[in-house]
Parts: sequence; structure tokens; C-alpha cells
Amino acid sequence: MTVPELASTVRLMVNGAPHTLAVDNRTTLLDLLRDRLDRPGTKKGCDHGQCGACTVLLDGRRVNSCLLLAVAVDGREVTTVEGLADDEPHPMQAAFIAHDAFQCGYCTPGQICSAIGMLDELAAGWPSAVSDGVGHLDDAEIRERMAGNICRCGAYANIVAAIREVAGGD
Amino acid sequence: MTRTWQTAPAVGHPLTRIEGLDKVTGRARYAADIALPGLVYGAVVPATIARGRVRGLDVDAALAMPGVLAVLHQENAPRLTDIGEGTLFLFQSDRVAHHGAPVALVIADTPERAREAAEWLRVDYFEEPHDALFRPDHQGLYTPDHVNPHLPTVTDKGDVDAALAGAAVVVDREYRTPAQHNNAMEPHSGTAVWADGRLTLYDSTQNAYGMGQTLTKLFGFDPGTVHVVSEHVGGGFGNKGTARPDAVLAVMAATLVGRPVRVTLTRPQLFPLTGYRTPTAQRVRLGADADGRLVALEHRAAMQTSRLLEFVEQTATYSRAMYPADNLRTGHRVVALDVPTPRWMRAPGEAPGSFGLESAMDELAEACGVDPVELRLRNDTTHEPASGLPFSSRRLADCLREGARRFGWADRDPRPATRRDGRWWRGTGVAGAHYPARTAPTVAHATALRGGGYVVRVAAADIGTGARTALTQLAADALEVPVEQVRMLIGDSDFGRAQGAGGSMGTASWSWPVLTACHDLARRLASGEAVPPDGLTSTFDSTEAVGARRELARYAFGAHFAEVAVDVATGEVRVPRLTGVYAVGRVVNPLTARSQLIGAMTMGLSCALLEESMVDGRSGDFLNHNLADYHVATNADVRDLDVAFVDDPDDELNPAGVKGLGEIGIVGVPAAIANAMWHATGVRQRELPISPARAAL
Amino acid sequence: MREFAYTRARDVDGAVALVADNPGARYLGGGTNLVDLMKLGVERPELLVDVTGLPLDEVTEDDGGGLRVGAQVRNSDLAAHPLVRHRYPMLSEALLSGASGQLRNVATTGGNLMQRTRCGYFTDPSKPCNKRVPGSGCPAIEGQHHNLAILGASDHCVATHPSDLAVALAALDARVLVHDLVGPREVPLEDFYRPVGDRPDRELNMRDGALVTGIVLPPPVAGRSHYRKVRERASYAFAIGSVAAVLAVEAGRVSDVRIALGAVASHPWRARVAEQSVHGGPPSAAAFEAAAEAELGAARPLRDNAYKVPLMRNLIVAVLTELAGR
Repeated sequence: MTVPELASTVRLMVNGAPHTLAVDNRTTLLDLLRDRLDRPGTKKGCDHGQCGACTVLLDGRRVNSCLLLAVAVDGREVTTVEGLADDEPHPMQAAFIAHDAFQCGYCTPGQICSAIGMLDELAAGWPSAVSDGVGHLDDAEIRERMAGNICRCGAYANIVAAIREVAGGD
Repeated sequence: MTRTWQTAPAVGHPLTRIEGLDKVTGRARYAADIALPGLVYGAVVPATIARGRVRGLDVDAALAMPGVLAVLHQENAPRLTDIGEGTLFLFQSDRVAHHGAPVALVIADTPERAREAAEWLRVDYFEEPHDALFRPDHQGLYTPDHVNPHLPTVTDKGDVDAALAGAAVVVDREYRTPAQHNNAMEPHSGTAVWADGRLTLYDSTQNAYGMGQTLTKLFGFDPGTVHVVSEHVGGGFGNKGTARPDAVLAVMAATLVGRPVRVTLTRPQLFPLTGYRTPTAQRVRLGADADGRLVALEHRAAMQTSRLLEFVEQTATYSRAMYPADNLRTGHRVVALDVPTPRWMRAPGEAPGSFGLESAMDELAEACGVDPVELRLRNDTTHEPASGLPFSSRRLADCLREGARRFGWADRDPRPATRRDGRWWRGTGVAGAHYPARTAPTVAHATALRGGGYVVRVAAADIGTGARTALTQLAADALEVPVEQVRMLIGDSDFGRAQGAGGSMGTASWSWPVLTACHDLARRLASGEAVPPDGLTSTFDSTEAVGARRELARYAFGAHFAEVAVDVATGEVRVPRLTGVYAVGRVVNPLTARSQLIGAMTMGLSCALLEESMVDGRSGDFLNHNLADYHVATNADVRDLDVAFVDDPDDELNPAGVKGLGEIGIVGVPAAIANAMWHATGVRQRELPISPARAAL
Repeated sequence: MREFAYTRARDVDGAVALVADNPGARYLGGGTNLVDLMKLGVERPELLVDVTGLPLDEVTEDDGGGLRVGAQVRNSDLAAHPLVRHRYPMLSEALLSGASGQLRNVATTGGNLMQRTRCGYFTDPSKPCNKRVPGSGCPAIEGQHHNLAILGASDHCVATHPSDLAVALAALDARVLVHDLVGPREVPLEDFYRPVGDRPDRELNMRDGALVTGIVLPPPVAGRSHYRKVRERASYAFAIGSVAAVLAVEAGRVSDVRIALGAVASHPWRARVAEQSVHGGPPSAAAFEAAAEAELGAARPLRDNAYKVPLMRNLIVAVLTELAGR
């Protein structure tokens, strides 16, 4: 057996661009994005998976990046808030602006990534604590499925409206 | 669509936030997002005793750990000037004043290494017996000289005891609210860097100018040395109102190691180090005639403070301005404990105080057999009850009537515990609300650029309030140009003296010099004055003008209505509907104003049902110091929120006619919910939070 | 967080060999509990053996009509799996009531069973805790315990187990598939967790280095099932009490009943006293109340968690009544 190393080489696709980095094994995906790749759009609210501000899409699935070790996601694809827009803002970003679905903006990148991941889960027919996932998306569904993204400014009512608009258009 | 001032003024228009695109794309950089070459990291070592002294720190062992550059502690920290801010007087002695107080800062080249070394750093203490538990009858309670911010501790009009003795109806009740924490989503973070004799501090603050002044005095820097930059702030709700330890520690560390240092507090560290709302124990006594008209009102409150600083939340002052009584007494007492220092949390004073008074008024309505909305209408007034000063405006009655109409209050069956809907008891409740409408001195500069366009500079802060946008609208109208031509720069201590974003007086304070400077600039340009290469600037300092205002009682008013559903088996409480109607002077931006109010109502709901910082008496810390165990409302907790404004023109405020509205939305919401709980179940909830344990029947 | 080495396991035997020999080694599944505990300083492994790549990520029907779930199946995938939704809907309900969408996408079945208590003294290394440091004491008993145990606790520990999935599995008579140095074996879930006793640090009946490789469910029982969770906020919170129940009624008599309670003990609490009380009798509110009273007779509430006794009594009655009425 080889001598175990305390650091590793990690290869990641981030917003469509490949990166290869040597990381301290303790580095979380969140800290790698923010500190090593200068992508501070994803925020650290609690660092313990208790607020959702660090939500990114990992191979398209919404996850809390603060609880993922970078080494453990070697070879995967990550989408952050910085990677959602092309020439135009992503429809979810535009809807958040139009509905004033943020105030201080700190939880916002996580809300937007989570909402996008959530709509994919819904499209896949996943159930929730509110329903069996079949049928239209009502406000109770949106609230439950977005409950993992805390907003202390209390923009929830507008977040729901923004997501409802985007979901309705799908 | 470009709006021109000729076709429609910007003020009053629901403009989306100026920085909105930056926030939704992740381009907006907050304090811990600023990239700097050579940046290193500081990690706090918190005390694990509640009272005593540091006997020793194993600094050498920490220094031997990989990547550790230095350890800051009492023996190598710079000597600070005592400016009466004990929470910032860090590393100046070996005293430990509370659990979690910083006893050292480890500085290392990566955050992981700094944190690991901080965890490993062994600290030896002389531990002393401590007292960290607040009790309403604590022997150490005393009467302070004043209460926050600089209000009299006691007011006493008439003869309350005699009036109570002779009153037809008396309500005498005690109410309790727990310690609660602001818990903005963005943890406090300071990054300090020296360059060319200047110290730049990137921090997250509600008051960049004030922070600069504080640090200058604390460290004894020459004026002009410190430059505080705080472009985007991820929430504050009061606990970023003045400098906190992250700022002081970052400055100390950068000075020690000669490199940029970032100190970001962890979520658990926020609990002891950045302020919180004190627990309160209140007693409200109401005396009224048979129709519910008050003849006597007494409101007394007891709070805690720390050993570092006397901060006394002005809980009972709510009753000085709300309902009239010829005999009115209010008072506060406080006890200093071996606890972290309480400070401002959204609507300090009014938030807990309104729980006491608005709950007691509901109990009075019950005792008199009068509808609780009607009771408040019968107790309306044109003069501030405690002082006798005339209100500049008071449209509480309009708020109550309009709220009742929107909520569907007419024909409400007043009997409690009579509405059962499957597994739910249902009920409705109401509470009044007020919040002081203050205006404070501020400096602003308006500049016309040579090539066209305008830049306005003011050390304001936008902590999610939308102030940047509102000020841009005001400036654009004053300059008579479209908003797109105005750049509003805020959050920079170099822009001069400014009131902080707090006390709902941000926009009210900043708008005064912004408007005046812009009007002056427009006048000068219209008169043909040339624009030099570096722009033409008008500056206005509102200090004298603010001080010259008439002495009046200036308040915003509102009314909250709540519907609750209580599970008959488990006591789970849900709030299907909340309505808030507000009289807040001119509404500059109805989009962001509504957001402020739904946000405040959400926080009020959260404080009513969920939030309690639990003190462990044995260790003296807040045991639930994280977001899994300290519950703030999730999206699933918030259902229908209805916000409306009533016309509230008032010429006695400030040129913009603004009263401020960041805090009134939380005032009275817990009382409205508790009152609705009584209506649903027949049981009075006099202690927050209203958890299933308390609500179960 | 202490520095650690990281390796990805290639096969189950290899993984077990690495961990069994090394007290400083830990298995890494989704990491939603372990990484949390490592950041808190409660866990300080020197080697992480990542088992998420092992071929343990399938949900299959077994020959007897039961269900096999690989330990690396993510919580969200398990909750959404057609076999689970149609045949063991209570499992799906329990999973979906836990954590958040983001956490469910990462947390694994095995990890969910293995998660540690949320007690604030356990999660803070600066505090005494018999579970973390045997013999150091239990400050919760006299201190903060409003969400801690009322059943099966001892003078050494009053912690509760936070998993919702485990409660549903307990009601369904699940068995845990474990692989250790000796080889694979099956452990009934109720034997998987040890009673608290005087060694709260020993939570599981597993040999050193044992790896949970999956769970097995017997064929679904006839009857209606429900998982109901009570929490202080509407979502994204641990239970303050929960019930997993299955009820079958034939000819006016209860022909089958399974009841498990959550957030009341150090492990899921199978309410056998209540089951025996209800079984064979009428599905009436009175019968359910008597059963709940009988089960909760063993409750030993603390100063500030006595509310859990009437809460659980009401909850048991409410869930059984609802199932009887469907």
C-alpha cells in the first residue's frame, strides 16, 4: 500500500471549464470554489449544511457544497451561480429580479441553484413531503421543496412567486 | 424602459434593485469575497469558561503547526484606547467576561490550517464561579441611568396605583420573551490590508463611517488612516450596526503579520460575539373603564446585560407612545451577568415591548367584552402619551380599519376555542404597531461628470433594504434626469459622516443631504456653471437642518392581523395568513418597501413561534448556536402575507417625507399571533416562543 | 479539522480491511453527517475510506417479495424509487420528511442509519459527554434537554437518534446487511442499535471496521401505513416526536399493527407494548389511547421534556385513528 497523502489532486469541471488542483484533503467544494477558483458567488452561511446558501448543482443535482470534500467529488461537474447565464440571464435569475425575490442577496445564489435543481427533480416526478409529485406545482409544493434554503431577510413570498413564474413557463 | 422625470418621477415607482443583476449572478462581492494577493486567515480561539482569567496559552505548540504565521493574544496585541466599548477591547487583559470571548487569534496561510490550529491551541484558565442565568427576580437587578439609545429609564405621569385601584377593569399580567439572535445569512467578516500608510478594511457593516471612526479612536490611528469599504452587506438586522470583533481582530492581525488578513466568524461564533436580543420579563398593568378606555397604564421590564457593556433594551418605551392614559408609568431594570453582550436586534425595545402591551390590550378587550380592534380605536390619541408632545402624524386608526377590512375582520365571532376545522383549532388576532421615525445628520456629495452622468456619494448602507435604489430614485428626481444617469455610491467611510443603517432611519437620514446636494447641483448647472475635468460637486451636511426641526413626536404606525391554526393533537402552530397595514410617510419604492415588510413580518412570525437562544447555565453559552438548533422560519413556514399602505403625508419629517419602514413590520406580529392563539384555543400565550410544548392543549 | 488521508474503496472486503485495522479510519458515504462532525471536532479521523463508489447503489426486489436497498443509495433516490413508493410508501414519507432536498441528494441509506445524535453537548467537544468521552458525565440531564429522550435512557445519557428513515425501518422489521472481517451477515434493525445502558459510547452492535452494505425489508405487510413527524417548524427540522405505523383491520379487528416511535430514545423505539395492546382488538380511539398509555408507562421524562409524553400519546392515537379511518 502506498503512503497515504494528506493532499490530493482534484479534477473538476466548473461551469463548463476544466480545472486541476492540488488540494488539502480538508478543503470543501465550497472553499475550493470561493478561495481557490475565485468564484465567490456561492456563499458560506453556516458551513454545516444547515442553511443552503452554498447550494450548487453537482452533475445537475442540487447539493450543499459545504459538506462535500473536494477530493470526494473528483471528476464531477459543478455548476455555480456564475455559470447559469450565457448572453442573457437565466430565466430564474431574471424572475428573481422581476419579483424582488431577494433583499441582501446573500442566500440568493443558493436559492437560484436550488430552485433550478428542484424543478428538475419535479420534472423527474420526484415526490415531496407535501405530495406524490404528480400534477401541477402549487405554492405549498414550492415552499416545501425550497425549505432547505434559509432566507433571513424573509423574501420567501417573492421567491415562491419567481419560481412559480418560471415553473409555469416550463 | 427608461423613465424620464418629465413623464413620470422615479420616486413612487417600483424600480427593481440597482444591484439586482450583480446579486443574482454572483458578481456582487461581499466582505469575505474580496480577492487579495497574499491573503492569510485568522481563526478565533473562543473562551470555554464563562468567567475568570486566562492563565496561559500554548502558543509555541500552535506556532509549530503547519502554515501558522502568528498567534495574536494578550501579550503581543497592540494597546488599545478604552473608548467605552468593552466588546472591542480585545486582548487587553487576561480577564474572560463570557463564554466564547476571544482569547487568541491564530493566523495561518489557509483557512483549514488556521481553524485546525485554533482548535488545537490549549488554553489554561483560572475559572471563577459564574452567573449566566437571567431571572425576573434576580437579586442583581438595578435601575440604569438610561436605556438604549439615550432614553430615560423611567417615566411617571399621574398616579398609576390610585388609578388602578379605582378602575372598573384591571389587567395585570406578566410576559416573557427569550434571548434571540439576529442570524443574518452572512457571517461577520473583516479583511484588513495596509498599503501606503493607509489601512483598508473590507467589512460587512451597517455603518462604514462609524466603524472607521471607532477603529481610529480604538487604535489611536491618525485621522484618515482607516478606510472602511462595505459595498454589499448580507443582512444585519442590527448586529452589524457598529464594529464587531472581526474588524478589530483583522486590523490587529494585519498589523502584526504585515499581510492582508481575513477574519470571518463562524456561525457558532456569531452567537457570543456579535450581539443578540436580551431576554425580557415584563409586567403590564392596565386599568380601564367599563368600555375599555384606559385610565392607567404601567409597563415594567427587566433585561440582562454583560459585564463588558451596559446595554439596556428599551422594552417599556413602546408604552410611552401607543395608547393614552392620564396615569402612565414605564420603567426598566437590568442585571449584569457573565453572558455575552446583548445589542440591537430588529426593533430593539419595540419588538419585545409590543408583545407585552399588545397582548395585555387583547386581555383587556376580553375582560371588557369589546372587540380588540374597536378597543384600540377607542384608545387613539393625537399626542404622545408619556411626553404630551403632538404627533407629527398618526394614522393608526386608518391602519386598523383598513387592515380589518382587508383581513375580513367584520362579523368575527369573538368567542375563543369555538372554531374547529378537522385537526386544527383556528383563530384570529390583531395588534397595533409603531416605530419611531427618526432622522439623523449625514453628509452627501453630488457630482456632475464632465462627460455626462452623475455620481452621488454617501456613506449609507444597503443591507437588503433597497436603500441604494431608493436613494438613486430620489437623486434622479432631484436632478431631473432618468435613474440610469445616476450612480449611487455607498458603503465607504471616505464619503463622510453618515447615520448607520439602523433604527429605520437610514433612508430618512441619507435622503436629506442627497436631495439637498442634488437640488443644489441642478441649480448650479442650470445657472450655467461649468463642469471642471474632475466634475462639479455640491456637498450638503444636514446636521444643522436636522437639529432645527420642531420638537414633535414622530412615529410610523401600523396594524397586524394574524390567523393561526393549532393542531389539536400535537400543538403544532401554523400561520396561514398575516396582514400588515402601515402608515410610513412617503413610500419611495413600493416594490422594495413591500419586500421589507414581508421580510419583517416573516421575522416576527419566526420570533413568535420558533426562536429561542437557549443558555446552558453550567457553561454560560448558547447551547443551540447553529442554524439546525436555532430555528428561523423556512419557506415552508410562511404562507399568505398581505401588505398595504395608507396615505400618510407628513411635512414635519425630512425633505423626502420618509418615516422608515424596516422595523415596523416586526412590531406587534408576535402579539397578533399570540392573540390569535387565544382566539383559537382559549389559552393565553404569555411566553415566547409559542412552541408545540407550550401550545399543546 | 485534522489533516487526513483519503482513499476510494474498490471493493467491500478491501474497504473493511482498511478500516478494521485502523481506529483512526472512517467510512465516508455522502458525508452529510461525518463531515459535519469532523468540522465540529467530534470526529477526527486520520483516514477516510470513501465507499460511495462501491456497487451498493441499487434497489431491487428480492426473491421472497421483499426489498433490498444498497447502502450507497441516496436518500432522495430511495424516496423516489417506484418500488419504494408503491410497496413501502411509509419509507418514502419518512425519508421526505427529513433534512432538505440538497441533503437528501447526498446522504446515503447506510449513513442515515449511522448518523449521530444532535444533542448539543455531544456536538461540542468543549463539553463533557459520556457518549464522546466515557465517564465525563452527562450535562444534558440537568441542563438543556428539551428535545432529548423520554424512553430507554439512563443516568449516563439521554440522547435521541435523529433519523426518520430508521423509525420507518424499525416498524417494517428491516434487517441491516453488515460486512466485517468475518464476512457478511444480517442484523435485525432492533438489534443493530444497542441500548444506552452505562456505555452510551457504544451505539452499534457491529465489530470494528464493519461496513453497512444495505438493508433488507420483508415483503410488505397488508394494511395502511403512515409516517407522521412533529417538529417545531414546518420543514427542515429534526423531529420532536414521530410515529411510523402500519395498521390492518379485518372484520372489525386489528389483524396487524406495527408501531415505531422517533425522537424519544437513543434509537428507533419499537412500541411492542402498544402493538400487543391493540392487536386483535377493535380499531377504536379508546383502544388506541389505552395502547399509547401502556407504551408510555415506561417514559421517564426530564424536567423540560415532559411535554413529549402527552405529545407521543396524542400522536400515536392520531396516526392509528387516521389509518383506521382510511
